[in-house]
Amino acid sequence: MALKIVKGSIDRMFDKNLQDLVRGIRNHKEDEAKYISQCIDEIKQELKQDNIAVKANAVIKLAYLQMLGYDISWAAFNIIEVMSSSKFTFKRIGYLTASQCFYEGTDVIMLTTNQIRKDLSSPNQYDTGVALTGLSCFVTPDLARDLANDIMTLMSHTKPYIRKKAVLIMYKVFLKYPESLRPAFPRLKEKLEDPDSGVQSAAVNVICELARRNPKNYLSLAPLFFKLMTSSTNNWVLIKIIKLFGALTPLEPRLGKKLIEPLTNLIHSTSAMSLLYECVNTVIAVLISLSTGMPNHSASIQLCVQKLRILIEDSDQNLKYLGLLAMSKILKTHPKSVQSHKDLILQCLDDKDESIRLRALDLLYGMVSKKNLMEIVKKLMIHVDKAEGTTYRDELLTKIIDICSQSNYQYITNFEWYISILVELTRLEGTRHGHLIAAQMLDVAIRVKAIRAFAVSQMAMLLDNGHLLAGNMQRNGICEVLYAAAWICGEFSEYLQEPNQTLEAMLKSKVTTLPGHIQAVYVQNAAKLYASVLQQNEQAGNKEAAQEITQMLIDKLPQFVQNADLEVQERASCILQLIKYIQKLQAKDVPVAEEVMALFSGELNPVAPKAQKKVPLPDGLDLDAWINDAPSESSSDDESPKKMIFHEEEQRNVRHRQPELDEDELARRREVRKQEQANNPFYIKSSPSSQKNYQDASGVDHIPVVQIDLTVPLRVPGLPLSDQYLKLEEERRQQQKQDRLKKKKKQKKDKGKRRHDSLHTESDEDITPIHHVDIITEEMPENALPSDDDDKDPNDPYKALDIDLDNLNPMKKGRPLTDNEKLPVRTHRVTEKKAPEVEAASIEDKSKKPKKAKKEKDKKKDKEKKKSKDKVSKKQKSAENAAPEEEIVTPTSKAEESEKPTGEASDLDFWLSPAPVQSKSQSEPHSNEVASEPEETLKENKKEEDAKSSKHKKKKHKEKSKEEKKSKKKKHHSEEEAPESVQNGSLDDEPLPPMSNYCLLAEDSYVKMMYDTQGNLQDGSQVVVSVIFQNQSNGYLKSMEFNVLDSLNTKLVRPEGSSIHDGISVPFQLPPEVSNEARFVFTVKSIMMPQKLKGTLTFIVKTDDGSSHEKLDFKLHFTSTSYMITTPCYSDAFAKLLESGELKMCSIRVDGINISFQLLLAKICFHHHFSVVERINSCASMYSRSIQGHHMCLLVKMGESSVSVDGKCSDSSLLENLLDELRETLTELLSCCKSH
Amino acid sequence: MIKAILIFNNHGKPRLSKFYERYSEDTQQQIIRETFHLVSKRDENVCNFLEGGMLIGGADNKLIYRHYATLYFVFCVDSSESELGILDLIQVFVETLDKCFENVCELDLIFHVDKVHNILAEMVMGGMVLETNMNEIVTQIDAQNKMEKSEHPPSPHFLGDLPIFLPPSLSAQAKRGWHLLEAFPLPTLFPGEDQPSLSSQESSSSLMCTLMTALCTGQPGWSGRSSSQSCISSKEYESA
Repeated sequence: MALKIVKGSIDRMFDKNLQDLVRGIRNHKEDEAKYISQCIDEIKQELKQDNIAVKANAVIKLAYLQMLGYDISWAAFNIIEVMSSSKFTFKRIGYLTASQCFYEGTDVIMLTTNQIRKDLSSPNQYDTGVALTGLSCFVTPDLARDLANDIMTLMSHTKPYIRKKAVLIMYKVFLKYPESLRPAFPRLKEKLEDPDSGVQSAAVNVICELARRNPKNYLSLAPLFFKLMTSSTNNWVLIKIIKLFGALTPLEPRLGKKLIEPLTNLIHSTSAMSLLYECVNTVIAVLISLSTGMPNHSASIQLCVQKLRILIEDSDQNLKYLGLLAMSKILKTHPKSVQSHKDLILQCLDDKDESIRLRALDLLYGMVSKKNLMEIVKKLMIHVDKAEGTTYRDELLTKIIDICSQSNYQYITNFEWYISILVELTRLEGTRHGHLIAAQMLDVAIRVKAIRAFAVSQMAMLLDNGHLLAGNMQRNGICEVLYAAAWICGEFSEYLQEPNQTLEAMLKSKVTTLPGHIQAVYVQNAAKLYASVLQQNEQAGNKEAAQEITQMLIDKLPQFVQNADLEVQERASCILQLIKYIQKLQAKDVPVAEEVMALFSGELNPVAPKAQKKVPLPDGLDLDAWINDAPSESSSDDESPKKMIFHEEEQRNVRHRQPELDEDELARRREVRKQEQANNPFYIKSSPSSQKNYQDASGVDHIPVVQIDLTVPLRVPGLPLSDQYLKLEEERRQQQKQDRLKKKKKQKKDKGKRRHDSLHTESDEDITPIHHVDIITEEMPENALPSDDDDKDPNDPYKALDIDLDNLNPMKKGRPLTDNEKLPVRTHRVTEKKAPEVEAASIEDKSKKPKKAKKEKDKKKDKEKKKSKDKVSKKQKSAENAAPEEEIVTPTSKAEESEKPTGEASDLDFWLSPAPVQSKSQSEPHSNEVASEPEETLKENKKEEDAKSSKHKKKKHKEKSKEEKKSKKKKHHSEEEAPESVQNGSLDDEPLPPMSNYCLLAEDSYVKMMYDTQGNLQDGSQVVVSVIFQNQSNGYLKSMEFNVLDSLNTKLVRPEGSSIHDGISVPFQLPPEVSNEARFVFTVKSIMMPQKLKGTLTFIVKTDDGSSHEKLDFKLHFTSTSYMITTPCYSDAFAKLLESGELKMCSIRVDGINISFQLLLAKICFHHHFSVVERINSCASMYSRSIQGHHMCLLVKMGESSVSVDGKCSDSSLLENLLDELRETLTELLSCCKSH
Repeated sequence: MIKAILIFNNHGKPRLSKFYERYSEDTQQQIIRETFHLVSKRDENVCNFLEGGMLIGGADNKLIYRHYATLYFVFCVDSSESELGILDLIQVFVETLDKCFENVCELDLIFHVDKVHNILAEMVMGGMVLETNMNEIVTQIDAQNKMEKSEHPPSPHFLGDLPIFLPPSLSAQAKRGWHLLEAFPLPTLFPGEDQPSLSSQESSSSLMCTLMTALCTGQPGWSGRSSSQSCISSKEYESA
């Protein structure tokens, strides 16, 4: 009633609003779909109206329908319309709906770019906020690239509300546009210390997400985070930081040591469970990372385990769950300390909460030992019987198998017991893990030779009762075990006591209801079995029996020939024909058994699942190269699961194996078992009458299969089979113990003085396996690669963010941002034309990645060098003091130290290493970074730390060489490893100093302009000039306009419609002390001569006092170099080029240069856009290409103290100009050398 | 990262869905259904974590949920989030809703899903936690509402406040019966020593029964939520 009134009143006012829609849907429960489609029609009408309010109303209704599962992508354009409304109310509706349904595939999404940019710079913070929120949900690579710069500016917004949103969204931008990470990182780092805690928290959040994927790049932030951790009181931030440390410690054990104390304090002091839990987690991570035991470690472990026990015992299920979760982490490294809580964990298995049971199961996995395996599995088996849901039961099943099979069946002492467990598991109905059990049966039977006889007897029984299992026909159902059973019986048929009976079982007509692949195995193994029966009969001279069995096969096989499954058909008809032939031979009294056996002879070994992957790539094999012209179809060897491995083999190289147990061994075992049986009160003695036939065959009488009453298959009256084994095993152990005690007593008597006083507790090692188990290891190819990167996913989207972030600060030190790393800045239309070039650059960048990674190390060194240089200039004395001192501090690491430049320890190393000995003056430069660090704590463990650090360095060393190996592997076909020759620009032997191509364009008190010119690869007539504008004043720089006087040859590309005298406005404003980059495109006609253009920058400076117009003149210099584009060239192509003789030649020579050749080449490559083709000793050939396609070849030779450069180019004037520039660079080098 | 935030009622009807990764509408519905299926069959007194939301992401992900009266609040998160932290975040979310809607009940979420979205947007952005301080969130929401009102002087349509049109008795009853925070566990995550720990859910389930009967019989009762409790919780949170 009330609703109706409401509805009426609103209807009068307007169309349906959201509330009406909801109400309507609720009132039309019967025909909801119809009602909604009617509403959608209305909405479509509303969207056609001009009134934005009506549209917004329609769009918010769509957002609601989207939640109900309706596709609203057809309204994307209308949503954008609503987004662009000037009213906040509508804008918010637009962005909300967009965030619900826009994604990368939305085609109109690129229309939003400008709207979002406008909203981002809106004076109203909520417009900005709503745009950022929306964008965070639907940012695409394009949007990220275009808006990265705007968002970066927002990170320094005056309002913390905007700042924190801008910081957070950067993570999404990084994900979509990884190139933005390096330029944005310094500011992100800055935000870690933002005065507003919300912003700080956001920055921590982003860096934690980044570091989680690529922790090593963020190690250098550890000191900063440490400071935050000790100072912050915000639990959210603390939790994040502590989680981050958990990710970092595995990379840097020293960090862990530093962390333990503050974390332990937190654990003791905090009342917040969430914080406590994360602390415990990270302490665990630390302890895992520290392999060597420090004295106080066991205390930390104890503390953790103790706290976790409290959690687990808590009545709160959440805490219980988390406690178990954390416990499982400790388990990996400190199983002993967890094992003492076995009672608690077994108790959790009875919990009513499934999540908790599953966690407890996980824990059990790590807790088993030889001693308790049987007991634990028994308990699990009870749970299997009790479990009501199939999911949980399946989980139990897989866990049982996991637990037993872990580390190569390490904990199994009695494989007969294990086989019986597997057989018992086949009783499970409705499981989806039949294949798992089957795989285990196969694996054990193949790899544990001693168990084969027993396994075969059990499998024969399974086959006899196959119809019981066959009820469940679904794939992966329990009938899968029949696959294993049939195969084992066939393959190891020599162990069968009743081969005839088994053979009959395998050919029953019931079998044809099994899944095809199982029938195929049945048929194949029936043939194997037949072969062995045939042999037995022939050897016994029993011709009739042999012919009988042949006849049976001929009778039974046709049912398979008609099978629907191709595989079964094929095998059956093949074998049928074969047996018909055998029958003919038999009729002629020809002995055939030998030959039939030969069909299945040959040794079978298990192959490791990863074997195929590990086959090393033969030298000179290039899989990408065409062998023939025709496309070759290579059948890929995909990795097959274990089951398939056997499946395959069984078809190809199956053969027969002679029983190989020697008589002694057999007799010995028989004795042992007899004794066991005699000692075991639970052992059901076999009655000779009923079981006689089983005992006839010699050598198998010890097989306990005799206990099984075949009328009740798989179930023994009283105890289940595996339980008997449990008892047996206990007996056996008891026996062993007693034996041992006896021996001891003897010993004591004999040698009264010698006292093994430790009370003999039964530990793992004391339990000897019942069989001498020979577990055959899986085969690996020869020269298998010891690679451990099997599990890495090459398509990991976060890999792109694996970017070295050290050495970032462009103004001070380290690798400056190269120009293709600058964030694209909105310029004018030209940007769009340029886009492909940027992309090309980024692709190139990516392809260089491996090299980069390799260079990383060198770069670090560089930084060190540079730093030490700084020190020399600033505080020479202290640095000099420090160097020898350091050597004293770490005498153990002297050897390594001497290889490295002094001052090797980076900031991080310094922070981590024990500092005390350093003179005060030396630690000063770092003091800002170490500010709140509790140095006293470090002193204590100084000595250990030293040892540790040297160890760590060694490790680093290893890592480095590993890394090198890896990267070598990656580019093995581009790099022929000639001892002295380096090809294609791999200049990574020596450290290179940082270089920048940006040179000063003009500067005054307000602004500084740096520029770099680069040819446009796509367009032979274009050159791109990147200009960095740096605000040097304390006012705002606004409305900057960039203009040049065009020459005939070189012209600035202006937006269409503007005259040649118009300037181009720079697309950003500069707050004080901020710099940004803009790009301008010029067209050039001839590139033969260098050019100079005059230009002016006009801008408004806005300070507190007012604003003023300013202008700055400059001269833009287009060098010949700027027309060159780095192009790689292979030596053969290079040689051809030189031979062609079409090139003009010119050369220069500069004396007095004595820098390393490496550096020289790097300089030429970097500043003049060349690439190294080949380098031999102190001679190198280099190549580059101009934007108009001129080839440029250089031969650079380094003499005693001179450098000569011979150049060849298709255009002589270009060559001459370029060589002139080259000479200039070299002379600069010369002066550099001198000044040093 | 938070992968998705779902709110649905005891019958699996979605009340809000926010996905921070792209899924087609069909998949989204499937996820909601599956999540409901997983969550609804769990007892009240089991833990609030669930592994294996099959559809969203891999093994790294967890479902963390809370059940308030008639609604389930489910967050699907990966391993970079603190489990207990998210539980607390849900609490903050519900308390914020309670503040913004004044005694929030399922009806509020049904009819004002846009407002719920706006509130959520102030807490979680693009799958990352933006703000956990309830007062800050409420301040921002209030400021935005003020702006909205200044753009559109109150007209019946844009008031959007359903209870105004309801006869007072109905409104009161609806509110009373479904009030979410009434029967919900005490603040948990950063509990002080004197706070009972996480699971007061047992009591909450019995409370819920009473609530349902109260609703059916139309009896008044359970109206006065001790607002001091939630205040404690928020304060507790900030100080912790």
